[in-house]
Amino acid sequence: MIYFEWILLVSIVVIAVFSIEVKDLLSAVILMGVSSLLVSFVFLLLHAPDVALSEASIGAALTMAIYVIAVKKTERREE
Amino acid sequence: MIRKIVYAIFIGIIIAGVLMFLSAFPFGENKMLVGKYYIENATNDAGAPNVVTAVTLLYRGFDTLGEVMVLFTAALGVSIIFAVEEKKKKVVQPPNFVVRVGSRIVFTFILLTGFYIFMHGHLTPGGGFQGGALIATGFLLLYLSYSDTGINRKRFMVAEGLGGIIYVFIGLIGLFVKGSFLANFLPKGTMFDLLSAGILLPLYIAIGLKVGSEFAGIVDDFMCEARCTGGEG
Amino acid sequence: MIYYASSLLLIGIGLYALIIKKNLIKVLIGLDLIETGANMLIVSIGFVKGGTAPIFSKEWLVPPLFVDAIPQALTLTSIVIGASQLALAAAFVVVLYKHYGTLDIRKIRSLKW
Repeated sequence: MIYFEWILLVSIVVIAVFSIEVKDLLSAVILMGVSSLLVSFVFLLLHAPDVALSEASIGAALTMAIYVIAVKKTERREE
Repeated sequence: MIRKIVYAIFIGIIIAGVLMFLSAFPFGENKMLVGKYYIENATNDAGAPNVVTAVTLLYRGFDTLGEVMVLFTAALGVSIIFAVEEKKKKVVQPPNFVVRVGSRIVFTFILLTGFYIFMHGHLTPGGGFQGGALIATGFLLLYLSYSDTGINRKRFMVAEGLGGIIYVFIGLIGLFVKGSFLANFLPKGTMFDLLSAGILLPLYIAIGLKVGSEFAGIVDDFMCEARCTGGEG
Repeated sequence: MIYYASSLLLIGIGLYALIIKKNLIKVLIGLDLIETGANMLIVSIGFVKGGTAPIFSKEWLVPPLFVDAIPQALTLTSIVIGASQLALAAAFVVVLYKHYGTLDIRKIRSLKW
């Protein structure tokens, strides 16, 4: 488990690259939510419990609900 | 195609430059200068064992007032943009039995956890912002499981106004008693008690009420936009 | 060192999506990526090796080695402001689609008068 932080940080960057290249807008928004949750784990590795609670509850739950409603009221596929 | 490659190379050069500048501060070294003073004097000035709460509400309390104001402006802007004259509820398919009965029990526990987190903000990690967001998530669960629900907007507006007024009043009383805005005028009590640490507890209760009702109002505006048929047809 | 590199890469990807992409929802995703990358950079600058979370407990009242507490207070404020900015931007996107019928920024710019 020595390289646990390497796996976590590389997967955050890879998921972010996928989320701006996918044509389906709903999948892009869901990948954004997963990336926010993984960033909350990184905050816990850096010994910051207040910031981790805040990012998990505001960034991963409320922001994703607002994005999903915005995609539903507009188009679902790009171009 | 040429534009994309040129922009990518340009951004890569900027990132490499910033990374070379940041290598003068190696990762993991002890470079605290101002933080050392705050850590050594937090228990004497505030009486709370959570140093992050003492920095947010006592040493930098004015910035928290500014942030609450930014949140209020954003919620006001959302509710002005989505104003329609008359709204009728659209008929959607009601969810099944398990969701309807189970969400009542879960909603009670979510509300209880949210209240616990912002009441104990000065003893354990947590505070007003996290607890308020949890309460708003509980109301979002209610919206998703019942098809014809609606929250009473007037009660939420009263709670939001009350939270803001209590924050400014505590600051003004500190100005009259001790001579500076948001000074600590309540007694500190014994450490690790629930009713201790001066003005930190009433401030976090006010922030929790205000942030919770604002996020619930934003969620209600978005959900009604997606579900009701508006007046324009 | 890898914490600095991945935070700066997140900011770079967000900047790329903000300038190049033509769909309005991709522009919103780019804004959120810049915000997340900047928060991670601030918290990882204030890390001390061998330190622990900045909360006292009943055993010791003399502080052992603590992690820096000021970047965490700043990041709390920054996350809430970022979420409220994103809510207002999403409201703008919904009303723009209702008015113009498309989400492409080339067509919205040319449908002026």
